[in-house]
Amino acid sequence: MRIILRNPRREIDVDGKRRVKELLAELDILPSTVLVIRDNELLTSDAVVGGDDVLEVRPVMSGGSEGAR
Amino acid sequence: MKCRKCGGSAALELRRHNAAFCSPHFIEFFRKQVAEAVHRHRMFSTEDTILVAVSGGKDSLALWDVLLEDGYRTAGLYLDLGIFDYSKESKAKCEAFAAARGQTLHIVRVADAVGAPIPGVQQVTRRPTCSACGLSKRYLMNRAALEHGYQVVATGHNLDDEAATLFGSVMHWQTDALPRQSPALASTHPKLVRRVKPLYRLSELETAAYAFLRGIDYIVDECPFAKGATSIAHKEVLNRLEEASPGAKHNFLFGFLDRARPAFEKVEDVVLQECTSCGQVTTGAVCAFCKLADLVKRRTSPVQ
Repeated sequence: MRIILRNPRREIDVDGKRRVKELLAELDILPSTVLVIRDNELLTSDAVVGGDDVLEVRPVMSGGSEGAR
Repeated sequence: MKCRKCGGSAALELRRHNAAFCSPHFIEFFRKQVAEAVHRHRMFSTEDTILVAVSGGKDSLALWDVLLEDGYRTAGLYLDLGIFDYSKESKAKCEAFAAARGQTLHIVRVADAVGAPIPGVQQVTRRPTCSACGLSKRYLMNRAALEHGYQVVATGHNLDDEAATLFGSVMHWQTDALPRQSPALASTHPKLVRRVKPLYRLSELETAAYAFLRGIDYIVDECPFAKGATSIAHKEVLNRLEEASPGAKHNFLFGFLDRARPAFEKVEDVVLQECTSCGQVTTGAVCAFCKLADLVKRRTSPVQ
């Protein structure tokens, strides 16, 4: 499957099937810090991914100045 | 994973609530949390006109969307920071959001007000970029609300933002900052507009999920100046705690608001007056924004 990562934007290929939480652990990403998106749908940590899937792992953290978000 | 309410396929797991929701029930949960925040802190009513400070990011656009869905009278305020392509893209997102919903969007260029865009301010002042940026935003939000007659300024600060700010204040025991940290800051001067944070009960993951599920086109890439920011480091620490102990951020922030903040509030004794230069509210003779603008002007003016 293909994984699209952000900040900086890059793509990686991963072989085999696994659950989302296992994939994120391999990538050293905390589940609460990203949305995992497949075919325009959000995936929960127990969803199984692999094969021809294209996943976007979209970070949710914003930061910097505290005036406005 | 199944939705707690309907048993359908879940879109999002909320570990701190020990729950998961499908898309419609998560959106319902999200709006209820905003309504609870507005009600609990008496942030505003349907009689008020609300200026929503929007950055093009997930939080502020999600907030504007919820307020519109709930029938509040709102307009947007976009502060153009002049941060290269990042500002161009974020401004375009805000303009598209407002246009699609037939809403007014006020745009203020920071460079017009302070004398240089944020990257220029950073170069001439050598103070942390986020510090000058935050100062400019707070000042310009209040000024714009006064000029256009809005009763309230609403910002998209979420639970993670508030927990990280609290963490930073506690790390340095900034006892002057602690009483000012609140979901709703009252107007304590005729020229100080009420400021509220209706998303303070919702995490960053939840605001991102709401924006995604509502089809809101927001800027995903982070501000180029946010890399290495202290607030990001504090969020990372808190995220590690949250992973080990779901609800840690919620307990930290809500415990402070419920039990600790009142103790610090008592010691605050600030006299507000009007800046002798611009007339906005300040604690000294000249406000921090005018000092910043003066510094930028002096350092960018050609030597005679």
